[in-house]
Amino acid sequence: MNRIYLDHAATSPVHPEAAEAMRPYLTEMFGNPSSTHHFGRQSRSGLDRSRRSIAAAIGAAPEDIVFTGGGTEADNLAVLGYVRHHRPKEGGHVITCQTEHHGVLYACRQLEREGIEVTYLPVDEYGRITPLDLQEALRTDTLLVTLMTANNETGVVHPVEEFAAVLNDHPAVFHTDAVQALGKMDINVQTNGVDMLAASAHKFNGPNGIGFLYVRPGIQLDPLLFGGQQERGRRAGTENTAGAVGMSRALELSLEHLQERQENFTGMKQKMSEQLQASGITFHVNGSGTSVLPNVMNISFPDADVEQLLMNLDIEGIAVSSGSACTAGSVEPSHVLTAMFGDTPRSRAAVRFSFGLGTEPAHVEKAAEAVVRVMDRMKAAKL
Amino acid sequence: MTAKQDTRVVVGMSGGVDSSVTAHLLKQEGYDVIGIFMKNWDETDENGFCSATEDYEDVVRVCDQIGIPYYSVNFEQQYWDKVFTYFLDEYKKGRTPNPDVLCNKEIKFKAFLEHAFALGADYVATGHYARVRRNGGRTDMLRGVDDNKDQTYFLNALSQEQLQRVLFPLGEMEKKEVRRIAEEAELATAGKKDSTGICFIGERNFKSFLSQYLPAQKGKMETLDGEEKGSHDGLMYYTLGQRQGLGIGGPGEPWFVVDKDLERNVLLVGQGYHHQQLYSDALEASQVNWISGDRPEEPFRCSAKFRYRQQDEPVTVYPQKDDTVRVVFDEPARAVTPGQFVVFYDDDVCLGGGTIEQIEKAAAVQTQ
Repeated sequence: MNRIYLDHAATSPVHPEAAEAMRPYLTEMFGNPSSTHHFGRQSRSGLDRSRRSIAAAIGAAPEDIVFTGGGTEADNLAVLGYVRHHRPKEGGHVITCQTEHHGVLYACRQLEREGIEVTYLPVDEYGRITPLDLQEALRTDTLLVTLMTANNETGVVHPVEEFAAVLNDHPAVFHTDAVQALGKMDINVQTNGVDMLAASAHKFNGPNGIGFLYVRPGIQLDPLLFGGQQERGRRAGTENTAGAVGMSRALELSLEHLQERQENFTGMKQKMSEQLQASGITFHVNGSGTSVLPNVMNISFPDADVEQLLMNLDIEGIAVSSGSACTAGSVEPSHVLTAMFGDTPRSRAAVRFSFGLGTEPAHVEKAAEAVVRVMDRMKAAKL
Repeated sequence: MTAKQDTRVVVGMSGGVDSSVTAHLLKQEGYDVIGIFMKNWDETDENGFCSATEDYEDVVRVCDQIGIPYYSVNFEQQYWDKVFTYFLDEYKKGRTPNPDVLCNKEIKFKAFLEHAFALGADYVATGHYARVRRNGGRTDMLRGVDDNKDQTYFLNALSQEQLQRVLFPLGEMEKKEVRRIAEEAELATAGKKDSTGICFIGERNFKSFLSQYLPAQKGKMETLDGEEKGSHDGLMYYTLGQRQGLGIGGPGEPWFVVDKDLERNVLLVGQGYHHQQLYSDALEASQVNWISGDRPEEPFRCSAKFRYRQQDEPVTVYPQKDDTVRVVFDEPARAVTPGQFVVFYDDDVCLGGGTIEQIEKAAAVQTQ
């Protein structure tokens, strides 16, 4: 069976050139970057070059980049690390929103347990919050605002620059989870006004297990891990040089021809919509009508049992995902779509199609055909 | 039948050895096999242990070993509505329900069957010890060849529509053969203990489980002559013929639950395994299902089981106007219990069954 992978927002294949760039750092230049000998210097050189390349890609300085074990760690470091370092004896307040990734949301829950108050801003049916919403939620004791750049389930893009502008005359710092956005849109920390930004390599064709946090100069963080003085004392543990090299090469590649690629994806999305429309099945493209990443398409099929739909698509060779996390058969409705639509069929029956390296128009066309086919089959199966 | 590689079989997998071997055998035969784990009950114990998660992990390991795709589905809502609600209602009435029969009828061979067909399944298979035989347009269900494991008792409520596209590969096998196959194939579940008891209660204490859902009303224990013999913790915790947990000492034969007086909330006890009050010679059953789909009009002779893993008893069945029957036993039977099922057999063929509503005491002393 020719399988079609349309789940790039979950994880993506490592770009062959990124894998190639990593290889010598796994086998030959394997030294510990902290070592003072030849092998250590080789590895250190690769690590530094990667740091410079990544910094350049987002308009930062190399020393602003903290390598982490991935996006969740980067988000945790920003949220927990900043607030723990700066919390006053009394009070302390954080603002986030209901549709954030769990890497941010659950870090905020942890802060609540530590005595910090957290405001979870609601979103509208497009998954949006406005700068005014943020303005109104700000308090004098607000320490941190954490709002994602693009949503991982719907691809909805937040006006990060406008949020940052709201904070111009407020001491709170602004963190953004850009895990889903980096490599899919232009991001520049010199112009977007963020103080911290989290990213993860495996979302843009880099390897799993590495990410980074951009930290604006002068911002102090409590570390999450204790040990060596790596990453200027902000992240203990021997550096993952091969991972960093793979991540930096993957990021360079993802930013080449970015616009052209995204235009292609937009065309595929359009085509998919038209195909589904023509078939007569009921569906809603979530977030349509606002700014959405071109490579993510979140569609609700309110008549369908989403578990069945996903299994059927897998059986048909189409790999996609629902917004919901699923463990031992428990399907929790997506918190993102529930925030947008309440607990309704629309929030329970959503499928995320996400495009990336190697996705061709024919793949998307076949996926749409498969959806129509299995929707028919599912209808016919009731005893 | 189409070629086996084009015949899709969805196997209901519990994480136990029986369903593991079922999937393994079908895969060996060349079918297009898909394994699905059903999660029907959500409960994490005080140590954060969720047996469903562990069982699902076993399904994952076995499916990975035999090389089939696997998924999990969630029927917690359906299970609660169709099975657990009935289970509690029956206990409220002082009866002893059999949730497994309802689970098969409403979940495994209804919700799950529909799910499998929605995935394009031609057949659904489970690890039940039972056989299906297709006779032209009709499907018969026969006892599994392993007498000790036969599970047709639990499958008595199935219909023709449900059985038509079902496979029970283990029905032709002895349990020890199944274990041997699992060991030879080195399946991860080969050495796993069989689950016992009601699935959602598992190994836990039945009393404390039930008390979470139903208020227990303590009351007196009395002999049939009205002599007080202590107190009980709530009638729902006891079943007819039960010996354990009464706490009555003294001379003579051991004490048994012989009846329940719901009106007075009194548990009636008597001495001796063969206490006469425990014997009945007829019963009335409701909601009787005939697997063939044809309701008999005339009285007929057959054999019957009044509970799981009991010898068949010869009986005469008198069909009534509606879906009830009166069943008269050749010999008085012990501890026939309302809420359980009476299941009918013609030799090896399971004819169907129904819920035991009333029993007629064999003795002259009729208390109710």
